[in-house]
Amino acid sequence: MLEACDITYAHPGAAPLYRGFSLSVAPDERVAISAPSGFGKTTLCRLLAGYERPQKGEVLVDGEPLPKRGVCPVQMIWQHPETAVDPRMRMANTLAEAGEVPDRLLDDLGIRRTWLSRYPHELSGGELQRFCIARALAVRPRYLVADEISTMLDAVTQAQIWRFLVAETERRGIGLVLVSHSPALAERVATRVVRLDAEEAAFPPSLS
Amino acid sequence: MEDRTRMQDESQALRAAELDAVSEALLAAHDHERTSHADAQKHHHHTHAPVSHHEHGHHLLQVEDLSVGFRMYEEDAPFFRARQRVVEVIHRLSISVHVGEIVAVVGASGSGKTLLADAILGLFEPNATACGRIWYDGELQDAASLAERRGNGISLVPQSVNHLDPLMKVGRQVEGFARADVPHAERARHRERLFARYGLSEDAADLYPHQLSGGMARRVLLCCALMDDPRLIIADEPTPGLDLDLAVRALGDFRDFADAGGGVLLITHDIELALRVADRVAVFKDGTVVEETAVANFASPDTLEHPFSRELWHALPEHDFAVPPASPCEGDGGAQSLGQS
Repeated sequence: MLEACDITYAHPGAAPLYRGFSLSVAPDERVAISAPSGFGKTTLCRLLAGYERPQKGEVLVDGEPLPKRGVCPVQMIWQHPETAVDPRMRMANTLAEAGEVPDRLLDDLGIRRTWLSRYPHELSGGELQRFCIARALAVRPRYLVADEISTMLDAVTQAQIWRFLVAETERRGIGLVLVSHSPALAERVATRVVRLDAEEAAFPPSLS
Repeated sequence: MEDRTRMQDESQALRAAELDAVSEALLAAHDHERTSHADAQKHHHHTHAPVSHHEHGHHLLQVEDLSVGFRMYEEDAPFFRARQRVVEVIHRLSISVHVGEIVAVVGASGSGKTLLADAILGLFEPNATACGRIWYDGELQDAASLAERRGNGISLVPQSVNHLDPLMKVGRQVEGFARADVPHAERARHRERLFARYGLSEDAADLYPHQLSGGMARRVLLCCALMDDPRLIIADEPTPGLDLDLAVRALGDFRDFADAGGGVLLITHDIELALRVADRVAVFKDGTVVEETAVANFASPDTLEHPFSRELWHALPEHDFAVPPASPCEGDGGAQSLGQS
């Protein structure tokens, strides 16, 4: 269970984004976070993945706080993949940050071997995002946080990537937290929707 | 571009079959002076939307057989033995924009859609070669005249505030520099009118680009384009990063511009948004437009002609969320089809 317990967080010098906010995600769930711009969706993702610490409350994975060193069991995939990779590193080295990446994962994500010797600026956003997903999955996370990971993708690529992620997380029992601006996508992928600006809403899984 | 056009025309003259196509296109351009088109009638590779009309008998923008290539070194060869070759990124693309309409170019991200915008704006990299024919307001253009039209009839709305100078206040930046023919005070007044029209307060003029919220940034970029009173706006991916509500409002501003007699070429990968606001949709794949059709035809896959258009339709989350059969993410290593993602 990935839990955010009574967290309060404010950017320096600003009003708190949430006071005593709680969320729990089971390993077999896909939870969509939905709110208008400025409600702190990305900040919540950063808190869950340990990039920020809440001022009050805590983030727990299976009852334990996030580790301070070593691989985080909650891995985040970012909205802008070009800002999540080292621009001066070839893609093979970027992947190597996650240690050994199984070939099967590269094949499933459609990563071509010729891309491995390229630099990030020589790949499109969709191609880079595949690397970021492979890197996040290769460290065997227990939870994945996906922050608008398909906004830069066309419909076909978006469907490909989400179908892969849903199948992979179901197979490996990885819980998923996702943020998307598209209600249709959230409804497709998520098993539950949490609105930051209102009460919780729930609907059943619809992805066949 | 004119020289290249002429050269291309000469080489085409050698090929009898293609000669027909060229003269047909030229004839068709003249025919526009005389004919009026019914709604949804197919001509010039496209069907019309209800609002499409030909002012003075021609398209506002017409692009025919545009090809853009780059001189590059071979990627796979060893460094010192790599030879130069021309990689063609856009192949024989045709598209047109009528007065009063929004044409959305949708397709895979990273497939060269931005190059189309660059070509229409007359921006060419030093290693680029382009050929084809572009008409603006009924006049055949070349590279020099397209560059002249830039900011003087055709304006670009860029993708993000990263296109603004981060160290300059936005008001000053939208006003731009005084030109010989327009005094700066006049441009400042024009900027104030535009800010008022798009709901930006005078305080906003005093902000730096990083202080703008997403919605304000969108309006500032639009105002930049409108400063020059364009007739045609090229909008390059104007919506990523905006939530649905803001994106719809941003597109509403384009709708107003088109309704007031302008034309908009909206380049985007977000087909859901494109369908909300555009009159016609051009489906872009592998460097060319495979289908140019009225938005109404996207109501059902049966009215779409090209297989890729249908793939897009089926892939939408509100339809089937389906992945085409040969897709690599389904497993069996068909990665070759994935180059343009």
